[in-house]
Amino acid sequence: MAIVDNNGRGRRQSPRFSPLSSPALILTFKTIGSIIITMLGLAFITFIIGRVMPIDPVLSIVGEQASKSTYDDAYAALGLDKPIIVQFFIYIWDVLHGDFGTSLLTARPVAQDLIRVFPATLELATLGTIMGVTLGVPLGVLAAVNKGSWFDQIARVVALVGYSMPIFWLGLMGLLVFYGILGWVGGPGRVDIFYADIVPSVTGMILLDSIIDGNWDVFWNAMSHIILPATILGYYSLAYISRMTRSFMLEQMSAEYITTARVKGLPERTVIWGHAFKNILVQLVTVIALSYANLLEGSVLTEIIFSWPGIGSYITTALLSADMNAVLGGTIVVGLIFVLLNIFSDLLYRVFDPRAK
Amino acid sequence: MKPIRNIMATVVMGFAASMVALPVMAETPANMLVIANRIDDITTLDPAESFEFAGSDVSRNVYGKLVNFDPLNLDAGYGPDLAESWTVSDDGMTITFTMREGVKFHSGNPVRAEDAAWSLQRAVILNKTPSFILTQFGFTAENAMEMIKAEGNTVSITTDKRYATSFVLNCLTSTIGGIVDKETAMANEADGDMGNTWLKTNTAGSGAYSLVSWKPNESVTLQSNPDFYLGAPAMERVVVRHVQESSTQRLMLERGDIDVARNLNPDDVAGLAGADGVAIDSALRGRLMYISLNQKHPELSKPEVRQAIKYLVDYEGMQNSFLKGQYVIHQNFLPATYLGAVDENPFTLNIEKAKELLAAAGVEGLEIEVGVREAQERIEIAQSLQNTFAQAGITLTITVGTAKQILGRYRARELDMYMGAWGPDYPDPHTNAGTFAYNPVNTDEAKATGLLAWRNAWDTGGLTAKVSAAVEEGDRDVRAKMYADIQAEFREISPFAVLYQKIEQTGRADSVANLNLGGAITAVSYWKVTK
Amino acid sequence: MMDTNMQKQTLREWLLTDTPTSRRHARYAALYTGWLTLKGNTMAMVGLGILVGLVVMAIFASLLAPHDPFVQNLAGRLQPMGAEGHILGTDSLGRDLLSRVIYGSRITLYIVAMVALIAPIVGLLVGTVAGYTGGIVDAILMRITDIFLAFPRLVLALAFVAALGAGIENAVLAISLTAWPPYARIARAETLTIRNSDYIAAVKLQGAGAMRIITKHIWPLCISSLIVRVTLDMAGVILAAAGLGFLGLGAQPPSPEWGAMISEGRRFILDHWWVATIPGLAIFTVSLGFNLLGDGLRDVLDPKEGGHS
Repeated sequence: MAIVDNNGRGRRQSPRFSPLSSPALILTFKTIGSIIITMLGLAFITFIIGRVMPIDPVLSIVGEQASKSTYDDAYAALGLDKPIIVQFFIYIWDVLHGDFGTSLLTARPVAQDLIRVFPATLELATLGTIMGVTLGVPLGVLAAVNKGSWFDQIARVVALVGYSMPIFWLGLMGLLVFYGILGWVGGPGRVDIFYADIVPSVTGMILLDSIIDGNWDVFWNAMSHIILPATILGYYSLAYISRMTRSFMLEQMSAEYITTARVKGLPERTVIWGHAFKNILVQLVTVIALSYANLLEGSVLTEIIFSWPGIGSYITTALLSADMNAVLGGTIVVGLIFVLLNIFSDLLYRVFDPRAK
Repeated sequence: MKPIRNIMATVVMGFAASMVALPVMAETPANMLVIANRIDDITTLDPAESFEFAGSDVSRNVYGKLVNFDPLNLDAGYGPDLAESWTVSDDGMTITFTMREGVKFHSGNPVRAEDAAWSLQRAVILNKTPSFILTQFGFTAENAMEMIKAEGNTVSITTDKRYATSFVLNCLTSTIGGIVDKETAMANEADGDMGNTWLKTNTAGSGAYSLVSWKPNESVTLQSNPDFYLGAPAMERVVVRHVQESSTQRLMLERGDIDVARNLNPDDVAGLAGADGVAIDSALRGRLMYISLNQKHPELSKPEVRQAIKYLVDYEGMQNSFLKGQYVIHQNFLPATYLGAVDENPFTLNIEKAKELLAAAGVEGLEIEVGVREAQERIEIAQSLQNTFAQAGITLTITVGTAKQILGRYRARELDMYMGAWGPDYPDPHTNAGTFAYNPVNTDEAKATGLLAWRNAWDTGGLTAKVSAAVEEGDRDVRAKMYADIQAEFREISPFAVLYQKIEQTGRADSVANLNLGGAITAVSYWKVTK
Repeated sequence: MMDTNMQKQTLREWLLTDTPTSRRHARYAALYTGWLTLKGNTMAMVGLGILVGLVVMAIFASLLAPHDPFVQNLAGRLQPMGAEGHILGTDSLGRDLLSRVIYGSRITLYIVAMVALIAPIVGLLVGTVAGYTGGIVDAILMRITDIFLAFPRLVLALAFVAALGAGIENAVLAISLTAWPPYARIARAETLTIRNSDYIAAVKLQGAGAMRIITKHIWPLCISSLIVRVTLDMAGVILAAAGLGFLGLGAQPPSPEWGAMISEGRRFILDHWWVATIPGLAIFTVSLGFNLLGDGLRDVLDPKEGGHS
């Protein structure tokens, strides 16, 4: 990458668009359009899968001992007798009105379920990403700066182990050791029984809600429950982020402007953090966004092991019972976030890195 | 660089410190009962609709019934609950209940005969899964108002034929017999559903507890009813937490985070053997584990093959190893403790005999598929069967699936062999006789998917008539003998091999007393529990 | 023209020459130099070693395994490590764990090979066609790719397996269906970069049709980035397969698939931890091997990375 020296400070790529020009407007429309198409496609594929599955959603409600007439009543009540395309359009129409249908398993509106389960995963993924970033970024930077040293080797091993470990196994072991044997952390579930439903649910994230309410007992109890699954997810995040940080930094460190800066006598700390690091910020934010999205959708196994009532286990349970409304609702929510995060990182690239144009 | 290292070190230490400093409460309050149980099968709390195990656990403690079981004396059978007494007409077709005075619903409304009649009528009219328990007496949506009548302080029900009174009353003790507060339910009615949608997630009963919240796959919270007519329960709150893993339940029990763990597997039970403050209860339940052969299969419908299979199961081996303590050999379709139950278990693992039978039937190189639900012990049983079948030359392939996947195929008569469990719906022998050995119309079109005999395309070889006769017999002892004979014949000719009866092993803190799981006949009761 | 004797004697010199005599010579030289670089990277060699070990284990399973992996012994279940005749102990049906792990390597290898074939090829096809053709075809193909990318990955795999039925082949198919989008993106990005280069213009002038250009000229240039990506992804694929096996949707019993073994063993984790831990370690080791090798390959094939000039 040819970075031209600019008084030893490295060149910042100057943005080449002005917000008011029409190409940007077209870009916005294009983006919104692509989001809509992607989401529709997502919904359609999920819908088809649901109808094609050999799992019988009617059985989920009526159970195995039901008579034929009960079964038929339930079948008609679900609207399964209409053609697929009609069912799909009815569904989309309802969604646009905010009605995600009713879940077969929980007997509640899916929208209500989602409001309940999504913040749980959000809390977990956010905490995990925070841990991944606060530990992973410095780790990656230091590994790059000390390339080849024992520190670098250890950092790489730590990251590699994180990549290669089956997460459910690590979760089981962690629960066994830190909860079962040592008793350092709380057990499965988000809070202990007696703390459930004490703080009013504002955001749905117990940590935030308890801070808002000022109830520190609940806060620390919730923290004791979330710390282990968050750490495990954080480890994964750390592995990915530190690896990417390291490789980005290595790219920067070998550039000419860095050598020039050093020759000019700038303190090492400024060279690393003031110049090299600044230049990788954009790529790094992109990586962090992707890692966050991954944690959001990838926590299924963690949620199952820690009895964490989040969206991952919600979708999975619904899937295995052919509760399609719930699956569709959950998939749309997660898919939407994923798409938005992707677009966000794409935009960042477009703005700050003209090479990608 | 050094400052960075310092920062990192601080962060790591901070995390470590916070972990140690976190308060972890490990004692449950004295007036609260905390239970860990898998409750992901609850799909509704409406008694006219609920039939899954965890749902009936809730229902039993929330809804009173006309007749009910006393948890401290299950052997006595049903006794008066919301009905103080009853009389039977001379023709045996009408039972008239006199309601108990002075009992109130949780809402404060009095419990009247009208509520009782309405609850039973609605169960018939709504036609949900468990309604067959009532409709088998000839009630239909059209005649329900006539056949189930409230007059003043009495409720009378009129059946289409003369049935054994014990049979009818036993049916009323099941979940569907729960008496619902008509005024409250109708106040929350929508679209003529008789309160069904509202009652799925709310309760309107008169029992020892009322529902505080049901969070699907998370928890069920019950609050005690201080005006309960039998006396306010000792446990003011009962919380059932959903915990999927047996090992996790065990950890929580050991740490004191829960009082009762209901899904412990044999190895975790063994592991808890010496633990402080923990006791293990074993109670015989009504569930039976069985395998069945589809009679549409050309080979499996041969009588010798049906019998051969029954000799290819390592009953003892499995019972003494991975099923230890939680299943006991039982080879008849009536669970032990039921009227008419027998304990003849003539089959044992006998490869030679099986081979002879197979040769006699001219069967060689048989390949069949067994459908099994995703559950650890079932998969292990299936693998053991694979092993023993192979020794007689039968190749068994296992297909594991979710409950819904496998059940769907089973109900469509598509599986060669099914391995699964059956739990009784009400504590009368007809509940199992009427499904294992009863199949009036054996065609595909009949779609009698609720009958196990139908699912396996078995015409029952004449047992259907005998079962119908047995359910009408009024004399208890004669009736018992009839069932013993049916089961003896069943063992010889049926395509079912009943394997085991379930023993539920519960881990509990030893301060917990009087927790009754319901034996083989009913669900769990919380109102007598003390700590 | 060099003397034949000298050529034979100094094969190594021939491979390391700065002046290749033909295209094939150049290719071999490049391969050899790459190999030398890889060899110099210890971690990558460790990775390669692990993978070679996996292949050996799979091929020679019947020779290496001390017992039949399917033979049950209900009396001798859950024996600890170091028990008589069972170095790694037995599982809950009394089957030898070491033998099951060794035979399980075949399944792992099968999964890896199938996904490594299907996903990149599909991605390559979609990406290069989209990148080269441009226009509406590009837009449609990329939309489809985005849709699959937006899908929560494990959920998509679960959905496919649930729809197709459980079993190892369907699990492989399901994982491949979730794995191809990133390859499509890479291939498309590479195609876009190459498509307007002089080199391609020259070939076009020579009269090459689109198909020929894509297959003979663009594909080879994409291969190196794909290879790196595939190797790195394999770890994720193995973990995904193990995850599906853990949920009961992968290989069917009594198949000794490692993920399913962990699921079977998790009931005993408190008192007989090895039943779940040993297959977990196996999965971990193979994943690690792929990651190490992938890192090393990337250093070789993508010089920007390691800071070479």
